[in-house]
Amino acid sequence: MSKGAKQDTTALRVWRGCPDQQERYDTFHVPFEEGMSVLDALCWVRSHVDPSLAVRYSCINANACKTCMALVDGEVEYTCTARLKRPMVTVEPLPKRPVIRDLVTDTAPEEEKLQGAVREAP
Amino acid sequence: MTHLSTDVLIVGAGGAGMYAAIVAARSGASVLLLDKSLVGRGGATIMAQMTVAAAIAQQEPDHWTLHLADTIEAGRGMCNEELSAILCEEGPARILEMDEWGARWAREEGHIKQVKAPGHSRCRCCYVDFLNTGPAVAATLRRQVSNMDAIKRLSNIAVTDIVVDGGRTVGAVGLELVSGDVITFEAGAVILAAGGLTKLFRRNSASTNMGGEAYALALRAGAELVDMEFVQFFPIAHLAPRLVGMDPIMWDPFRYKLGGKLLNGNFEEFIHSYGGSDAGKYTTVRDQASYAILKEVEAGRGSPHGGVYLDFRHVPELELRQAVGPVIDRLLTNGIDLTKMPVEVGPMAHYHMGGVRVNSRMATRVPGLYAAGEAVGGANGANRLSGNAITEAFVFGKRAGRFAAEEALRTKSAWNAKYAAEEVEQARTLRQGHEGSDVTPVELQGELKDLMWENVGPFRTGEGLAKALVRIREMKHRDFADLSISREKYFNLDIQDWFELRAMLTTAEAVVMAALARNESRGAHQRLDFSGSDASLLKNQVLELENGRLTASWAPVVCSSVKVEPV
Ligand SMILES: Cc1cc2nc3c(=O)[nH]c(=O)nc-3n(C[C@H](O)[C@H](O)[C@H](O)COP(=O)(O)OP(=O)(O)OC[C@H]3O[C@@H](n4cnc5c(N)ncnc54)[C@H](O)[C@@H]3O)c2cc1C
Ligand code: FES
Repeated sequence: MSKGAKQDTTALRVWRGCPDQQERYDTFHVPFEEGMSVLDALCWVRSHVDPSLAVRYSCINANACKTCMALVDGEVEYTCTARLKRPMVTVEPLPKRPVIRDLVTDTAPEEEKLQGAVREAP
Repeated sequence: MTHLSTDVLIVGAGGAGMYAAIVAARSGASVLLLDKSLVGRGGATIMAQMTVAAAIAQQEPDHWTLHLADTIEAGRGMCNEELSAILCEEGPARILEMDEWGARWAREEGHIKQVKAPGHSRCRCCYVDFLNTGPAVAATLRRQVSNMDAIKRLSNIAVTDIVVDGGRTVGAVGLELVSGDVITFEAGAVILAAGGLTKLFRRNSASTNMGGEAYALALRAGAELVDMEFVQFFPIAHLAPRLVGMDPIMWDPFRYKLGGKLLNGNFEEFIHSYGGSDAGKYTTVRDQASYAILKEVEAGRGSPHGGVYLDFRHVPELELRQAVGPVIDRLLTNGIDLTKMPVEVGPMAHYHMGGVRVNSRMATRVPGLYAAGEAVGGANGANRLSGNAITEAFVFGKRAGRFAAEEALRTKSAWNAKYAAEEVEQARTLRQGHEGSDVTPVELQGELKDLMWENVGPFRTGEGLAKALVRIREMKHRDFADLSISREKYFNLDIQDWFELRAMLTTAEAVVMAALARNESRGAHQRLDFSGSDASLLKNQVLELENGRLTASWAPVVCSSVKVEPV
């Protein structure tokens, strides 16, 4: 991290699970800098601690794609605009959507899913 | 295994992919529109906050040939003039068509309002208020696409390979990201509309899906790439304080409008000591600003996050409010009060001028394989004018849709599952997991992004490029073979990252090879060891895979005067 930037840590408590696994919460200690988004912290975890943490996002900064929604401390939020807080932030998948894995829920419109298009191979 | 069949298969559902889908469907073809993210949301299109350029001449007299002249000048002699002419000539019709479809371009006194963006000689840039151009454009196209029965949209599908038999495109292989299942597609024609490559660089302004996959897919299928050395870096992208909910390239218009000052880490102005002035021509200023910023950082005079300060504190608050509008409040929620503090800015990778080599029908040299949007190389030469990229997505999207449909409708399917067997087997092997080295695909991606940023960024040297090339090849041939892959069934990011990384390495190698061979500085390709451009290098570089080896050769620049088929 760059010089002069305020370096600290915070705890990120994340719901983990998927249809064929036991659910649990994992807590990660992540670097904290004023203004960081929850998504910044989730990406940090993926590239430094646990690449298997499933998260979904696309635009990262612009808050345009709207693919990154999750529950942050119990509220439905875009993880890319929700701010990381100290001493801890809890992130869980959206409540009313089927969970695919960890924080990834099924948000694709029905008509954009494979099931409707399937034809088995000859 | 799931197998789907269609006339036209489109890889990537941004502005270009969606436009192509609409036009292919209107031409009578069945269409499968795929995106690894969600349709219409995953790419750069939805992120664009500025303007779209087209000579619709509603603000002041204008003509597409004037737009063309500006585009060619900005392109520093490297434009494929045939493609640039198509972009400029057909742009107006696309902008008006989008208006009919409900894009709601900002209006003034009954006409579409057009502003003058840097590098344009006329007021020709349309936009949707406020900073809403990309979301509005994406929503409009999504609506059109979803109204057409002939288009089947599929989200969560990453295309990993184009299937070719006997030199002809016959389909593709994709990974369904939710279930991890492999899918095969047979198609009469395939359009690559998977966008740009800015994710190759640590500092970038784009989405996470911009790993340059279109370029790698094209190469693997036997198509050529052109101008891969020309990556556009945006000089004053936002670095800090952390700004969320806004596009990091937003400062440019404000800097020009309000005269924001660039200051180094010691709060001194510095641009003048690099021979530049803050006035003058935009394109020159753009290169100089990047150079001056990176030199200050190198000399230890950067800001804390490795850039410089952009300061508006000398601008009266009222003037600031008028110019910045509601953005000032969005900045405040980010803890940024422009009247009290400077922000930190620096260069970032933003757009790719190079790409898949196509003719005026958007056809590659592989029959049945087309490209559209940012995936296409050549129309913007060595440097792109702002506002040209969204226009390019529409115009090339339309052409690709039309000509791919034509091709698909007269082609009999030649699918055979064995053509896709190798790639299908690859995906199945990955699903078994791999306990290789401790390195995961996302970690190796991280190293690649740092390597590219440090050695292949806005300023390059032969030495740095050579070093990057050695390391990329080592990654490709050694590290990549032994990455650790988890066995998760659902939404397995290791596998997604693995395929993306395979493409990123191929594309990165193409960029570096082209940059290393261009021993001059021109437009966006700046070599510290070759300042100034060399007239003998006024030619394009073409890259292709020959027996698995990437090779580069020179080709003359395409000049206009060729008669283009209208669509
Ligand atoms: C922050 C930002 C601001 C910009 N502002 C402007 C502006 O104001 N004006 C302007 O003219 N231009 C602007 N640009 C550039 C412009 O937005 C892009 O060049 C243009 O939108 C590209 O459109 P596209 O359809 O080719 O690609 P994209 O819109 O990027 O779409 C590509 C799609 O392909 C998908 N994809 C990628 N790989 C695969 C795969 N393997 N399989 C399936 N799907 C895949 C992606 O998920 C994505 O949805 C901006 C770019 C950025 C990043
Ligand atoms: S990542 Fe795009 S809106 Fe959050």
